[in-house]
Amino acid sequence: MALKLHGVAMSTCTARVLTCLHEKEAEFELVPVNLFAGEHKQPAFLAKNPFGQIPVLEDGDLTLFESRAISAYVAEKFKETGYDLIRHQNPKEAAQVKVWMEVESQQYHPAISPIVYQFFVAPLHGKTPDEAIINENLEKLGKVLDIYEEKLSRSKYLAGDFYSLADLFHLSYTYYFMKTPRANLINDRPHVKAWWEDISSRPAFLKVASGMNFGEEK
Amino acid sequence: MVVKVYGPAYASPKRVILCLIEKGVEFETVHVDLLKGENRDPEFLKMQPFGSLPVTQDGDLTLFESRATMRYFAEKYKSQGTDLLGKTLEEKALVDNWIDVEATSFNPPIYALTFQILFAPALGLTKDEKVIQENEEKLAKVLDIYEERLSKSKYLAGDFFSLADLSHIPFTQYLVGPMGKEPMVKSRKHVSAWWDDISSRPSWAKTLQICPPPM
Repeated sequence: MALKLHGVAMSTCTARVLTCLHEKEAEFELVPVNLFAGEHKQPAFLAKNPFGQIPVLEDGDLTLFESRAISAYVAEKFKETGYDLIRHQNPKEAAQVKVWMEVESQQYHPAISPIVYQFFVAPLHGKTPDEAIINENLEKLGKVLDIYEEKLSRSKYLAGDFYSLADLFHLSYTYYFMKTPRANLINDRPHVKAWWEDISSRPAFLKVASGMNFGEEK
Repeated sequence: MVVKVYGPAYASPKRVILCLIEKGVEFETVHVDLLKGENRDPEFLKMQPFGSLPVTQDGDLTLFESRATMRYFAEKYKSQGTDLLGKTLEEKALVDNWIDVEATSFNPPIYALTFQILFAPALGLTKDEKVIQENEEKLAKVLDIYEERLSKSKYLAGDFFSLADLSHIPFTQYLVGPMGKEPMVKSRKHVSAWWDDISSRPSWAKTLQICPPPM
């Protein structure tokens, strides 16, 4: 029985898992969730994820939510196929991957996500992007990226000289961020820029990026 | 060489310390004074460029982010001490799922409350009552979801204690203790029973004994 991923291709968190599935060459079915109709807040969906968020993974009897946990599960279950995202045979490298996965969740995400929200989601609710929120978070993101710039001057990728799940976790939000007028935060930092160009050109991500058309005119 | 954990007085490092005690791994602690800004010293930033606690050294490996560190030790010492990751890949996935719930939904409001109520005064800042109220409401909604979850399983990831439950202990202690918000836990029958259970583990008593909090 193939994996079922409940979500939508244009959503950042669904895209995170989709990228991982493609890197691992895992077979799956994307089951669309009708966000505009509020399907994710209905009892049938809340039974799968009581927080009412996409994506949700179903693998036989197992139901998982939280895109990073889902991705980590996929990376381990399919560790023998596709690209090794978690360095499962090298405990020290695996430890560094874990560290930088958490850095994405605890340092990078809180700064970049409100910016992406203001540019892409606020307009759908009839609001203009809030400059104060954007600027406050650009400052935070800049400080995080300064640290990334230094780290990436010493290693090609975040956890070491190997692409890993830690780098992958950054793809989907950064992809949308690069479509905003503030992409210079990435482009002005040479090592961050080179890293971004490398990780965003991986075939597994290009497949997912083609579905990430949030906010575009049809 | 013994494991070294920096910053034991504070909450996040206690996740790592709890894990080490549960796994029966020896460790030392190194005091770091946040109020004196010791986490911004160049020597500290070399280990942890984001300047937050904990930092943990295991031989020549330097790790930060408490949740990454506890996962590392739980895996490294899988075959000794308490089983903190479940017995199968599927159980481990559920543990990971609920650690991430703690990280993305539980931690932001409880951390905001901790900062406003416990640390702002010490830093000479006025408490922001609006922020406190907003975050109390957010935390209450999360606890409502936990109440439902814990009515169906004894612990968060299933019927076994795991890193997912452990991850909640240090900040929840602040909530029911010095923050004076015990009713948020006690008023929810299953959350209350879960809290009584996990906070009465010998590892937590030992942690508090060797690493007393700053307040």
